[in-house]
Amino acid sequence: MSTVKMTVNGKAVAVDVEDRTLLVQLLRDHLNLTGTHVGCDTSQCGACVVHMDGRAVKSCTMLAGQADGASITTIEGIAKGDELHPMQAAFRDNHGLQCGYCTPGMIMSAIDIVHRHGGQLDEATVRTELEGNICRCTGYHNIVKAVLDAAGRMKVSQAAE
Amino acid sequence: MYQTTYHRASSVDEAASLFAKGSESKFLAGGQTLLPVMKQRLASPSDVIDLGRIKELQGVELSGDTLTIKAGTIYYDIMTNADVKKAIPAIAHLTSVLGDPAVRYRGTIGGSIANNDPAADFPAALLALGATVKTNKRSISAEDFFQGLFTTALEDGEIITAVSFPVPAKAGYEKMRHPASRFALTGVFVAQTKSGEVRVAATGASQSGVMRVPAIEAALKANWSPSAIDGVSISASGLLADIHGTAEYRANLVKVMAQRAVAAAG
Repeated sequence: MSTVKMTVNGKAVAVDVEDRTLLVQLLRDHLNLTGTHVGCDTSQCGACVVHMDGRAVKSCTMLAGQADGASITTIEGIAKGDELHPMQAAFRDNHGLQCGYCTPGMIMSAIDIVHRHGGQLDEATVRTELEGNICRCTGYHNIVKAVLDAAGRMKVSQAAE
Repeated sequence: MYQTTYHRASSVDEAASLFAKGSESKFLAGGQTLLPVMKQRLASPSDVIDLGRIKELQGVELSGDTLTIKAGTIYYDIMTNADVKKAIPAIAHLTSVLGDPAVRYRGTIGGSIANNDPAADFPAALLALGATVKTNKRSISAEDFFQGLFTTALEDGEIITAVSFPVPAKAGYEKMRHPASRFALTGVFVAQTKSGEVRVAATGASQSGVMRVPAIEAALKANWSPSAIDGVSISASGLLADIHGTAEYRANLVKVMAQRAVAAAG
């Protein structure tokens, strides 16, 4: 057992876990943050994507101990109170989900994509960059639309800040 | 995953001494291969020694005609590094088609070559460019380093610290990506050294892991152009065959990927 200390969605936490515990297990089973999903559990589907120090990583392919001292953001931590994150709002407005299972990972990856590319996003780039996230409803068309829509909104909201 | 004990090392020396204390230790770099393998219970190390926070294993240096990438540098940092893009843009390209964005934030060059997966990308770059692998004990040429499927010259407890690449005159890498795993169904790295030598290495093709392709090297030495490879015939003997492609298919891919890599190298 080890104590893992980290910041999760802005809150300092210290959790005693077995050394073999994955980051996603710490989030879901110990902190009850079940918005982060486990899909394939083989690093391919991206349902488990969270941000570690601002970067989108697969939380099923990290030991909790590797994230010790890091700042983790999950899907539960991106809205401001009742106000959805622009990426969440764009997914809702563009019907960017069907069953919704892949959505948390899609949104966390998509925010990272917009941060990296800023205003340079086009459809082809979004499709390439989303290669690590799989939607088994195959609803990619509206997901891509939502990411492009959100990229515009995030630029506007950044400019307003 | 079976029980294990996690240790975080803050220096290469500390990592080596932690490794020696465990009964069956494993080094953990980015974990993009080791953790999936542990989850499948194909590996069950008693102790996992995390190299991820060791500062001396981070970074890229360009000095004269040598590009050195420290072993713990993640793919994303290699792909976006100005010196890599300037000195050997083919390596930046290789990194950009490796895995997916989340994997590129965690996976490292040292982890890739230490594992020596027969379909990994970096072994082809090291072999084609005539790179040198630096460890905490010695320097090993790429030729001597890669010894077959998942097998390297590394001794138990030896830690890769960096890879040094001679900057080539020209280089290119192209691969046929497996659509789900992003591994190379077959990938070919072509390089022309500053002294005019031509070296070609293929990954994902041979049953014994990364390999040089002498027939293509000879054709490109005579004429550095994609069409020079038209008449080359690659034997399917000893090549990998699985549900994704027969040995004959991969033999053809070696040719086609080499042609595309030469075109990309210019």
